[in-house]
Amino acid sequence: MEIPYTVSTRPDTGLWNAKIGIWLFLASEVMLFGGLFSAYIFLRIDAAPGMWPHGVLNVPVGTFNTCILIMSSVTVVLAWAALKMRRYRAYWWYMLATISCGIIFLVVKLAYEWPQKYDHFGIYIKSEALGKYEQYLGNAYAAEKELPPRLEITGHLHNPAALTDPNIKEYEVALDPLNADPTNPSMDRPHFLPLTVTHKIATIEKADVERATMFLPTHNAYFASYFTITGLHGLHVLAGVIVFIYMWLPVSKKVYQRNPEHLANRVEVSGLFWHFVDLIWIFVFPLFYLL
Amino acid sequence: MNNPPDVTQDSKEYEEYAHGVQKHVRGYLIVGATLLAFTMITVALSYVDFGAILSSLFHTNLTSTQGRKANIAVAILVATFKAGLVGAIFMHLAAEKRLIYRILIFTGFFVLGLFWLTLLAWYDFPIFR
Repeated sequence: MEIPYTVSTRPDTGLWNAKIGIWLFLASEVMLFGGLFSAYIFLRIDAAPGMWPHGVLNVPVGTFNTCILIMSSVTVVLAWAALKMRRYRAYWWYMLATISCGIIFLVVKLAYEWPQKYDHFGIYIKSEALGKYEQYLGNAYAAEKELPPRLEITGHLHNPAALTDPNIKEYEVALDPLNADPTNPSMDRPHFLPLTVTHKIATIEKADVERATMFLPTHNAYFASYFTITGLHGLHVLAGVIVFIYMWLPVSKKVYQRNPEHLANRVEVSGLFWHFVDLIWIFVFPLFYLL
Repeated sequence: MNNPPDVTQDSKEYEEYAHGVQKHVRGYLIVGATLLAFTMITVALSYVDFGAILSSLFHTNLTSTQGRKANIAVAILVATFKAGLVGAIFMHLAAEKRLIYRILIFTGFFVLGLFWLTLLAWYDFPIFR
């Protein structure tokens, strides 16, 4: 049985069917991401002072990935235009560029950005012990400058055995620049450029620790929403790449030879999905990386 | 830069049509370049302390938390502009059939409702504030 209205328009809607289908699907996607974004807003406005971290992501890498995604949106629309102009070879190359961009995005995310987080350690200090670590936190200085209180010491864990061994009574942490030099005015606003961990090592007694984990979703509400939203977004990128690979393979050339408009419409519909994924990232990038 | 018209089978008309698509391509490239430029702009703006600028403009003293709100507003404005470009040009929403606009009006209504619920939750536990 042939599926109707894949190329010709349906008289009552004025559209071919897949186009309505994808827009209804995107409407449901808006609700899905809308729910997550409103959770983000709620968690953020509800975070106690000092509990929402700033400047912990790598901005140059995030900017690079944003540009990659924007360029892939351009190439997919060019691929579609090439099909409309019946230039299959150009289409093939644009599609290859789109697929490559999608894969680069995922590789940067999964092989670089996320693992960098698993490797970073954060310690929330018990409120009664904050004074003891004043040299790393600089709360007197922060209060004077009306900055939010600093409750966390971050950096690289020097003795990972401390995580599992109850006989080790303290964590040894190679400090992040903020904790190494907390009263330096250049640390007043969170830093966006990736700052390397310093050589200054702090010893923090486990008895003074409220909780301490790597930068995982369990670490705080910020990382919980970061991993959830970027993870779901990454799954969308993956889905788009799979669909594009199918349309790029020789199987789809047969569709083109039968009716080029049919393939053009398929590319348009999957392109609409891809632009939507790009659009979500346009909001994710400033919300998590910059603000 | 609207959605090109449906393709025609007549070869002479098709040539004209292909020429029309070619014109769209230039538009797509311009929009792509604009989006890249605004990505750089939004990164650059995030390094600007709008709170300090507002404080000196209006002779007030905003705290860093208050000042950050100005940065949030600016970044969201830029992101909305970029998203609008993607929607209008890449997704052809600048000229689409009425049915799709209807679907989107419903979507907008419900997603705003969703955000409104979040706002309501803000008033749920006055004991904490």
